[in-house]
Amino acid sequence: MKKPATLDIDAILDDRGTRIIVCCGSGGVGKTTTAAALGLRAAERGRCAVVLTVDPARRLAQSMGLTELDNTPRLITQGDGDGQLFAMMLDMKRTFDEIIEAHADPERARQILSNPFYQSLSSSFSGTQEYMAMEKLGQLRRSDEWDLIIVDTPPSRSALDFLDAPERLGRFLDGRFIRLLTAPAKAGGRSAFRLLNAGFGIVAGAMTKLLGAQVLKDLQTFVSALDAVFGGFRQRAEMTYKLLQAPGTAFLVVAAPERDAMREASYFVERLAEERMPLAGLVVNRVHESPAATLSGVRSAAAAEDLETRGEHDLTAAVLRLHTGRMQLAAREHREQEHFVSAHPTVPVAKVPAMTEDVHDLEGLRRIGELLASA
Amino acid sequence: MDSADTDWDGVRLHVVTGKGGTGKTTVAAALALALASGGRKVLLVEVEGRQGIAQIFDLPPLPYEERRIAVAPSGGDVYALAIDPEEAMLEYMEMFYGMRRAGRALTKMGVVDFATTVAPGFRDVLVTGKTTEAVRRRGKNGKRVYDAVVLDAPPTGRITRFLNVTQEVAGLARVGPIKNHSDLVHGVVKSPETAVHFVTLLEEMPVQETLDGIAEARAAGLPTGGIFINMVRESLLPQATLDMAVKGRFDIGDLALGLKSAGLADSADAASLAEALADEVVEHARRTELERSERESLAGVTLPRYDLPLLTDGVDLAGLYELADSIRNQGAA
Repeated sequence: MKKPATLDIDAILDDRGTRIIVCCGSGGVGKTTTAAALGLRAAERGRCAVVLTVDPARRLAQSMGLTELDNTPRLITQGDGDGQLFAMMLDMKRTFDEIIEAHADPERARQILSNPFYQSLSSSFSGTQEYMAMEKLGQLRRSDEWDLIIVDTPPSRSALDFLDAPERLGRFLDGRFIRLLTAPAKAGGRSAFRLLNAGFGIVAGAMTKLLGAQVLKDLQTFVSALDAVFGGFRQRAEMTYKLLQAPGTAFLVVAAPERDAMREASYFVERLAEERMPLAGLVVNRVHESPAATLSGVRSAAAAEDLETRGEHDLTAAVLRLHTGRMQLAAREHREQEHFVSAHPTVPVAKVPAMTEDVHDLEGLRRIGELLASA
Repeated sequence: MDSADTDWDGVRLHVVTGKGGTGKTTVAAALALALASGGRKVLLVEVEGRQGIAQIFDLPPLPYEERRIAVAPSGGDVYALAIDPEEAMLEYMEMFYGMRRAGRALTKMGVVDFATTVAPGFRDVLVTGKTTEAVRRRGKNGKRVYDAVVLDAPPTGRITRFLNVTQEVAGLARVGPIKNHSDLVHGVVKSPETAVHFVTLLEEMPVQETLDGIAEARAAGLPTGGIFINMVRESLLPQATLDMAVKGRFDIGDLALGLKSAGLADSADAASLAEALADEVVEHARRTELERSERESLAGVTLPRYDLPLLTDGVDLAGLYELADSIRNQGAA
């Protein structure tokens, strides 16, 4: 196996030019913990860092010994010198409400906020989370209160939903559908219909039939009321997207040494390249290594068998069996990583060994940070 | 084993959820195999567009079409379907309203794109709608086409919202066809014909999420199923040794003797090798202890629990059949 370049975490954290770190990866690989550990390490090395997590499982809160995070950054700890660590958990409904309130006059804001379609969209439909995460990231960056923002991406169904969100929103807003819905309101009624082709009749009919007239009306009110807000919204989404492509951003793909997670990691790396997003490297969490790696799995198994046939040293035989299992696991994990490295030989890698216990506190996060940096 | 002996007799929709990384897709696939064995017909449904089923069964990507992918032990067929929300929407419109043409127009106008991506709640409605349709579908003979449907569902954090989204939409559309459709889906999802199973590992966060997920599902009135504890490792060491090792105490001298006797090291090496192996034992003991306490937490909720062994060589087809066997032997199917 070609040895991949080592990911130098401290160089990234110490570089004052690094303003945003995005941790992405499939679910359950330790993204949130990695983000928190990076935040703590950055703060202890003198950065003023904020960790933004969008995971509703409140895991970051747990690992920092907090019971709850809300929509504003909270000071977690003071590091060396100017170093500080803040953390926040995204409240997507509140973020959405705030955008509306900031960009619409009070009357229109009231209309939107009380619209049933808006209430559903902003609180219960998945997917809104990705938009709001991007929005919040943009807000934090523009505020310039923190010199490093670390984002833990949402556990999306498709890996890079958060990257697609702004573009998709743009496509939707430029689409004929939205013009259709807003046109009658804008042009004051029927005149707009003349501009539209016969497709409209079919569509309007189909929509009414599908949704019912009342939903269509709610939707129409919602879209036209939101129209004014959307312009700025979209512009900011595009700005955030560009911000992600800028040199001050570092993407870290997080994975575990398992087939699915490594496959997903490959996909991330390829997508990031396509989108011209700056990839810093791959973090492989929960790697199993053995302190007794000099004894190979095969030799260990043979020795265990030998002792078992002789009926001697039961305990030693059991320990050797345990070790064999451990070495097999390590070998399998190694193979999974090998696939990635041969496909992406230039991507720097940091490995974090598996820990017996989960991280609950700053001490645990600090330990992860050290392991990340020494990988 | 007769079907009457299983814990989920009468359940026709098995929803399998779990925290990311717990092996939810693997368990769903093994459960489908187990349910199909003995000559039954089971549909395995995937909703997240990840093609996880194809990967697990070592097949090319699945189209939006029900096709047979595996033969179960002692006869029986597993079919698979990867639901594509856009196709599901067009199909739905044609099936219920005969609006193929309008469907095409909607696609062109970006409405379908809107409904399936920008407002993903609608996507969930389409996906649950398609799944429940397969559950309720009857053949020409009036019998159900599938004996059971297994849904590889979104992760635990989203499962209640996912299954309840039809209610959400029904709240938006107080009358009309969408409302009727939502009510239909809801009727299936909340009935005793459905069971929501949770896949977990014996680790802190997955167990916590499982407990939270169960509480949430119960609060929403969803019928909870079993807890599948995945990747269970058997401890090879005697309990007394583990009890000592947990406290960091493990007799290296005896181990070194054993190693020498096995011809693994001469006296100098034996000591250092024994020390390294002892570290491994202590770590193993601590993990075993942690697993024991996580198991206790799970015992707090009164749901049936099933243990699935860790497959040391990773998940392959043979491993899936092994898991399916284990599921059957424990009475989960």
